[in-house]
Amino acid sequence: MTAAPRRIASAATLAVAALVALPILSVAWTALSAGLGPQWVHLWATVLPDYVINTLLLSVWVSLGVAVIGVSTAWLVTMCRFPGSALLRWALVLPLALPAYVVAFLYTDLLEYAGPVQAALRDAFEWRTRRDYWFPEIRSLGGAAFVMSMAFYPYVFLLARSAFLEQSHDAWEVSRTLGDSPLRAFRRLALPLAWPSVVVGIALAVMETVSDYGVVSFFSVPTLTNGLFNVWLVMGDRAAGAQIALLLLLFVMALVMVERRARARRAYFALSTRSRSAAPVTLRGWQAAAALAVCAVPVLLGFVWPVWRLAGLAVGYDGAAGPDFAAVVARSLGLAGAAAALTLVVGLGLAYAARLGLSRPARFAARIASFGYALPGAVLAIGVMIPFGAFDRVVGGTLRDQWGITTGLLLSGTVFALLSAYLVRFLTLSHGTLEAGLQRIRPSLDMAARTLGRGPAATLGRIHLPLLRGALVTAGLLVFVDVLKELPATLVLRPFDFETLATSVYTLASDERYGEAAAPALVLTLAGLIPAVLLSGLLGRRAGAAEPS
Amino acid sequence: MIHGRILKLAAMAAVGVAISLPAMAAGEVNVYSYRQPELIKPLFDAFTNQTGVKVNMVYAQAGLLERLKAEGANSPADMVLSSDMSRLLEVQEAGLAASVTSPALTANIPAQYRDPAGHWYGLTMRARVVYASKERVPAGKVVSYLDLARPEWKGRICTRPGDHPYNLGLIAGLIHRHGADKTRAWLLGVKANLAQKPQGNDRSQVKGINEGLCDVSLGNTYYMGRMLADPKEKAWADSVYLVFPDQKAGGTHVNVSGANVLKAAPNPANALKLLEFLSGAEAQKIYAEVNSEYPVKPGVPASAVVAGWGAFEADTASLAEIAGLQGEALRLVNETRFNDGP
Repeated sequence: MTAAPRRIASAATLAVAALVALPILSVAWTALSAGLGPQWVHLWATVLPDYVINTLLLSVWVSLGVAVIGVSTAWLVTMCRFPGSALLRWALVLPLALPAYVVAFLYTDLLEYAGPVQAALRDAFEWRTRRDYWFPEIRSLGGAAFVMSMAFYPYVFLLARSAFLEQSHDAWEVSRTLGDSPLRAFRRLALPLAWPSVVVGIALAVMETVSDYGVVSFFSVPTLTNGLFNVWLVMGDRAAGAQIALLLLLFVMALVMVERRARARRAYFALSTRSRSAAPVTLRGWQAAAALAVCAVPVLLGFVWPVWRLAGLAVGYDGAAGPDFAAVVARSLGLAGAAAALTLVVGLGLAYAARLGLSRPARFAARIASFGYALPGAVLAIGVMIPFGAFDRVVGGTLRDQWGITTGLLLSGTVFALLSAYLVRFLTLSHGTLEAGLQRIRPSLDMAARTLGRGPAATLGRIHLPLLRGALVTAGLLVFVDVLKELPATLVLRPFDFETLATSVYTLASDERYGEAAAPALVLTLAGLIPAVLLSGLLGRRAGAAEPS
Repeated sequence: MIHGRILKLAAMAAVGVAISLPAMAAGEVNVYSYRQPELIKPLFDAFTNQTGVKVNMVYAQAGLLERLKAEGANSPADMVLSSDMSRLLEVQEAGLAASVTSPALTANIPAQYRDPAGHWYGLTMRARVVYASKERVPAGKVVSYLDLARPEWKGRICTRPGDHPYNLGLIAGLIHRHGADKTRAWLLGVKANLAQKPQGNDRSQVKGINEGLCDVSLGNTYYMGRMLADPKEKAWADSVYLVFPDQKAGGTHVNVSGANVLKAAPNPANALKLLEFLSGAEAQKIYAEVNSEYPVKPGVPASAVVAGWGAFEADTASLAEIAGLQGEALRLVNETRFNDGP
């Protein structure tokens, strides 16, 4: 490989990493320049150990939850036929459209002491007070793990299913011919081949988990992010807040390292370019019923019931939608679309640069570039605010002093600031997905193209992009839906009178005005459904094309 | 294809910057609000109707102070609206609040509800009271906040988390009155009496009382007014009565919502106009009738519903001194692990 593309790739990677690192460095600088004050000692002596333990426990439970649900359902709908499997194949993605905090408030409404389930139980058994019986507390660590597993398992499902679909039919046939049972073939062949994708999916889910504020604050689960919000934004202790943010960041760095190592140990490449998948097995009797149950439960709990309940609440509430409701919808969609396009371009650039080969510092930089996802939205918002504000002060001040021009804010409080925050936060989604996609393309293809005289750009355009189409759509839609749902950064960074669907839902739901929150939440869900359905359709078509006729 | 996208994005970003450049034309005022838009919108609409000045707003539950600090002298914000005394002080302590005075403000707002130099102004009052079950708590059973720590309330108390600013305000008030040690003991007593882990907002505790989960809860007064006005929540409100604690022992804890005008305000004249309007008779009446808050302006009556709860003696200690103890209050909440529940 010639040196020039490698130098360009390294330089571009360093530039992107610098952009992502800027908010992180702002937070780190704030944290370290303050030193460890008495507040820090107090935090260690009281709540900080709880924050750490709860964050770890929640991550473990959610990892297990999303891995079990995501892999088992992806495998069943891809490799087996049973009643409803065609429907479930696309329906399993649907929970992605629902923000986790909406799922949280709906389940609280259902399962809390005053909710219909416990009320019915009290009626049926003539219990009178809370002391007469035991019932699991939904506003707890376990409740949060349940809600987040339901909300985040589609990440694993999508990536695992995509990987199962891309697996060669031949290898599977060989394994089966050699006498492996389907289960053994799954364990020894299909799962290891799909593992890099599964690990990426789990990593995405855990990063969502550690940076979540909506669910943990609603359930009063003291995680690092929850504590950070309290200390920094509620109590106004910027230094201690930034220090907790750094701790959170260390946690994520460890996570990224684990993920990288897992992927590196399992660097398999598909040996065949034939995209024919293995022939599905038709299940009958109790096997079919069990498969149906396994795949239907996540859809029912993660999507059907919540949406049905939302619709009920929305119909039951007779308040009028605001006159500028359409503008709010349009604004949300536009913002999410722009952020998705931007993130896709940068993510592809990063993933491809790594393939071209990077210098040692650039390889390190590429890792830095994926940390933004774990920055809690509000910390990220402040991390963007500090350098942008400084830029505005310097440039605005210079213009004022030199030419008497009053600029006001140039970057802060603009859509540009918001888009920058989204890019930093969601770059991992596109980068990780595209990198996993690129890993499944044999390097020998690149070598062949380059030997035939194509440059790196032409190789990307003629070879990789067509092969990556699925990964590109997946990445773009993941970012689109996430930006649509993103809250804390949008709340803190948005310009004046800039209401999005997410901000209106959250404002109402956090005040437990569920009836009023239901209508915008429903619209948010429907908007998120479009990409989710498209995504399923795309995977489905590929599956259809791949099936033996 | 990629070049096309980059161009499109660049164009979009440019348009985005252009459309969101804060308008600084005369006839506008820019507000950062910690208070919910639904509560504030009727007031802004009335102001715009009367003066023709357009009000632009950014609402956030947290983080506005950090945004103001980062924006510095370039900030487009003219005013911050807060629902808590400690927030008003934060803005002043960060050196961001302008010193603003006018005869109208001095006339409308009694001295104890404003900064002598005009860095902050209180606009409404709310009392933090005890909600008690009509069915299960006989009148006179709770007379003091301190009663809630007694063993007879075991398994009968509901509250939102201890580190919420409303509870921190109350705890800071108790520290001011009784000292840190006694307040710590009180927190441990209340914690042991909780029916469940602290959660939800003031309204959901009342729902819990109605369902029999607990018998008493802590809450701000205006929640009662809002629940009574909501057809679905009326039943919850009807199951409780309000107790104004410590009537003979220093008075019930009150907090204020209020505003700071900002030093960097690009529209200081309109900001003053808005502040004067919010403290005036028309706006104070909206606060009273729509939000069920206590107006600060002497002579503006509370709404009929609010007046029906009766007159009460409010804690007369300095609001600023109490707000200064919120950090200590948070430390006590953490030390006692109040949020772990019973």
